[in-house]
Amino acid sequence: MSCCGTSSARTGPERARGVERKVVFRQRWLPYALLAPQLLITIVFFFWPAAQAVWFAFLRQDAFGIRTTFVGFENFTDLFADPLYLEVVRNTAVFCTGVTILSLGVALLLAALADQQIRAATAYRTLLIWPYAIAPAVAAVLWIFLFHPQIGLIGRALNAAGIAWDYKLNGNQAMLLVILASAWKQVSYNFIFFLAGLQSIPKSVLEAAAIDGARPMRRFWTIIFPLLSPTTFFLIVVNLVYAFFDTFGVIDALTKGGPAKATETLIYRAYVDGRVNLDLGSSSAQSVVLMIIVMMLTMVQFRYVERRVHY
Amino acid sequence: MSNAASTTDAAPKRDWVTHAVLLLGVVVFALPIWIVLMGSTHDSATIGRGEVPLLPGPHALENYATAWSGTRDRIGAQSMMLNSMVMALAIALGKIAITIVSAFAVVFFRFPGRQLAFWAIFITLMLPVEVRIFPTFKVISDLGMVNTMGGLIIPVIASATATLLFRQFFMTIPDEFVEAAKIDGAGPMRFFWDVVVPLSRTNMAALFVILFVYGWNQYLWPLLVATDAEVETVVIGMVKMIGSEANTEWNLVMATCVLALLPPVAVVMLMQRWFVRGLTETEK
Amino acid sequence: MQRRTLLAGTAAISLTTPGLTRAQARTEIQFWHALPGALGEFVNQQVKRFNDSQATVTVTPSFKGSYTDNMTQAIAAWRAGNPPHIVQVFEVGTATMMAAGPAIRPVHQLLAESGVTLDPKRYLAGVRGYYSDTQGRLISMPHNSSSAIMWLNLDAFEKAGLPTNELPRTWSQIRSAAEKIKAANAAPAAMTTSWPTWVQFEQMAAIHDVPFATKANGFEGMDAELRIDAPFFRKHAEFLLALQKDGLFRYGGRDNAADALFPNGEAAIAFMSSAARARVEREAKFKWASVPLPYHDDVTQSPKNGVLGGASLWVLTARSRTPAEYRGIAEFFRFISDVDQDLWWHKATGYVPLTVAAYEKARAEGFYTQNPGADAAIRQLSRAEPTPNSMGFRLGGMIEIRNIIQEELEKAFQGQQSAAQLLENAQRRGNVVLRNFERANRA
Repeated sequence: MSCCGTSSARTGPERARGVERKVVFRQRWLPYALLAPQLLITIVFFFWPAAQAVWFAFLRQDAFGIRTTFVGFENFTDLFADPLYLEVVRNTAVFCTGVTILSLGVALLLAALADQQIRAATAYRTLLIWPYAIAPAVAAVLWIFLFHPQIGLIGRALNAAGIAWDYKLNGNQAMLLVILASAWKQVSYNFIFFLAGLQSIPKSVLEAAAIDGARPMRRFWTIIFPLLSPTTFFLIVVNLVYAFFDTFGVIDALTKGGPAKATETLIYRAYVDGRVNLDLGSSSAQSVVLMIIVMMLTMVQFRYVERRVHY
Repeated sequence: MSNAASTTDAAPKRDWVTHAVLLLGVVVFALPIWIVLMGSTHDSATIGRGEVPLLPGPHALENYATAWSGTRDRIGAQSMMLNSMVMALAIALGKIAITIVSAFAVVFFRFPGRQLAFWAIFITLMLPVEVRIFPTFKVISDLGMVNTMGGLIIPVIASATATLLFRQFFMTIPDEFVEAAKIDGAGPMRFFWDVVVPLSRTNMAALFVILFVYGWNQYLWPLLVATDAEVETVVIGMVKMIGSEANTEWNLVMATCVLALLPPVAVVMLMQRWFVRGLTETEK
Repeated sequence: MQRRTLLAGTAAISLTTPGLTRAQARTEIQFWHALPGALGEFVNQQVKRFNDSQATVTVTPSFKGSYTDNMTQAIAAWRAGNPPHIVQVFEVGTATMMAAGPAIRPVHQLLAESGVTLDPKRYLAGVRGYYSDTQGRLISMPHNSSSAIMWLNLDAFEKAGLPTNELPRTWSQIRSAAEKIKAANAAPAAMTTSWPTWVQFEQMAAIHDVPFATKANGFEGMDAELRIDAPFFRKHAEFLLALQKDGLFRYGGRDNAADALFPNGEAAIAFMSSAARARVEREAKFKWASVPLPYHDDVTQSPKNGVLGGASLWVLTARSRTPAEYRGIAEFFRFISDVDQDLWWHKATGYVPLTVAAYEKARAEGFYTQNPGADAAIRQLSRAEPTPNSMGFRLGGMIEIRNIIQEELEKAFQGQQSAAQLLENAQRRGNVVLRNFERANRA
């Protein structure tokens, strides 16, 4: 869960490498006692289950765990040979890209506009911040009430206008809806960061550009956008992780992966395989794949966000 | 604070357009909530028929009363909200408490295994609950903690992000403070309570908002671990109310939906300043 | 705490007064079920009746959520060494439970060990067959069973000029009825179906004595393969797709999503579980009738029995189980199989009676003349001696297979594939599931 900006970036490997405090305490047992709660929970509920997930990925077992066989990489090869799994990968890519682009784009637009109204900016921020507090599943339910073919305001209007709108039967419409519901929620988070980023751009730079005769749009793209790039990059990673994991609730509430698997993402499929289909081997293999993806995203975040590109 | 628009070409006309677009954005964002709020004041038949109202209706009190205390088939929002509240508060406060002392230990002490502990905590960033969900469930099941508040709370209560946040902040505390404490003969815990904690207030407030929202909105983990009605959280309870749409009482779902989003929204709005500051100022 | 004191007290008494019968603490049995709302209340009543009827055993029911949740949690509890004594598992979970080996105690074995005799023949043929092994011995205890039947809106029939005293029985009759309903605009949709796979594939296969899968639909072995890519299913799938194309059939969604469409008058003909009766009685504002499912009279002249739905009770083992506990479970099973208890359960819940005796008693009482159509499911379940194709289904991963068929059906309804492709894809994907199950469960 990377909630807090580049703070995480700066406290990662770079910090650990050499920058340390000079004045410290030298008690013997106290630091261990202080660390104990977190480490204990980390070991029991993070490392031990993660290790088990990896181990289970190499086993095939029945629902009760009575018959277990070591099958090596078979669960993984089965996964990647399954065209449906590859389709799930594709769905996830489409979904994550859609959510990220939509929520970043809208947030940037709103932040850029709000930034121009220096007094009202805070007011707008207040008005736009609260979707952050809404659970993804709740957001999904809100959007049901807008787009349900029978009881939703817009859904009914679409059907009345002759467009056959039913996201329970049409895969593309379902995907569109889950993207909308997920992006809607994320805009406020991105907005906060974009607004703060915009407000921290030195006035002098902009005034210099204005004096040079650069028009607002050009100023935006040649100066503001590059200066925002660390923020943007950081937000891309955060939004991707959000789209990967936190949107489980959206899909479960709206479409349950349907129709016909059109909105099944990697995390949803891993859940269904483990819970409904009781196939722990495949589900664990999928969890391992997810773990690898998260690791890559986290490493990208620390490696690249650290290097803030200024001029 | 600067302003991206240069003062040389601000025009009233552009102001108007800007405001219009922003207000449109606000409306678009508020629309779903408005619909749900209005819908929760009408009766089931109206919504079922599809006459989605944009104005309040007469059934507000009875809908909320029913949603709150429950029907014969469903436990009421009252107990679910309580569960969510306990869970969210425990997660938020628990995480803050556990991680602040861990960060304190890692930053202000030297001891064998310090780097190892730090890396162990750091690695958990890469292990969100969703990737270790079934084995974690098994651990909880083995401990007999399924369908308990403990089972809901404890597995999500150790957070690397909060530890890292505190750590970064602690690194910026000037050495003089520590030296002064030592000179005064104060031990590390006294230093902790008298100096570190007061200084960390903004961070703690920001974290509280983030973690409370995170805890309240938990979905996948409670879905597995809290299936008994007594420990059900309001977010999950609400989705379960939809169930198979054949029988859904939409007005009650809407009322529960509104109830479900009130506490986290309230927390965010009331603590907005600290929240934003905590999120973004750590960039500096 | 009180119980321990009581125990100590009674122990003290019985030690000092050897003449008195030793008072036992009641054996506690945990029973996990998945029936919500009103049905859950009836479970509580059923259990209470049992507890009140004797002094040695107390059964404690707990509602654990959906069938899937209930089963998953019971399995997880078993893995943790602490499972409930009785768990209610839906019919599609039968294969998984039967393959569980030492985790379950087959009912016939439980009864034999406890000295309780329950002749399998006392249960309705369709009910008994589903939960027995190939030698006719009960593995799980039937509890709540229903079947899929056809529901007809008689007001719409009248409006369309169709006779209401002679109701359609074959699919071709249904089609012409639907055409008349559409022509007279007697209802927004002529027909719909709930549980698309259960009704249109599983039931139809059983009724027409056609195999859904090899090895007697999985009864005879885990190496069964699906056989839905076959002439009969192609005929019926094409029939359904044609109905939809001609505007006579509206697809209402998966599982029981379409349940709302009949009682609210949107669909004049619907195929739903017999357990929907209470809802229809409460909500329908028109005259209606419930009759057995239709069949293709060019395929068969004597339709076989339909298959059941619902759930049965499984006994889970544990290291801490005592013979007294197993005996208590057996007593509970004997109780719910008693004629009067079974009759009460049937009348209260709308599930079919488990026993032949209860069915006959209800008939003698005139229950079915007062409630016409309440015996449609029973008649369908017991109208023939089950064949290998109509005994039921014992296929692993059945939930997944049902979802697969529903997905492919949806694609066909959207016009993205033909009936032949639908069946071919569904069979191929379903067989993958079966092979995975087989590999995972091979000892």
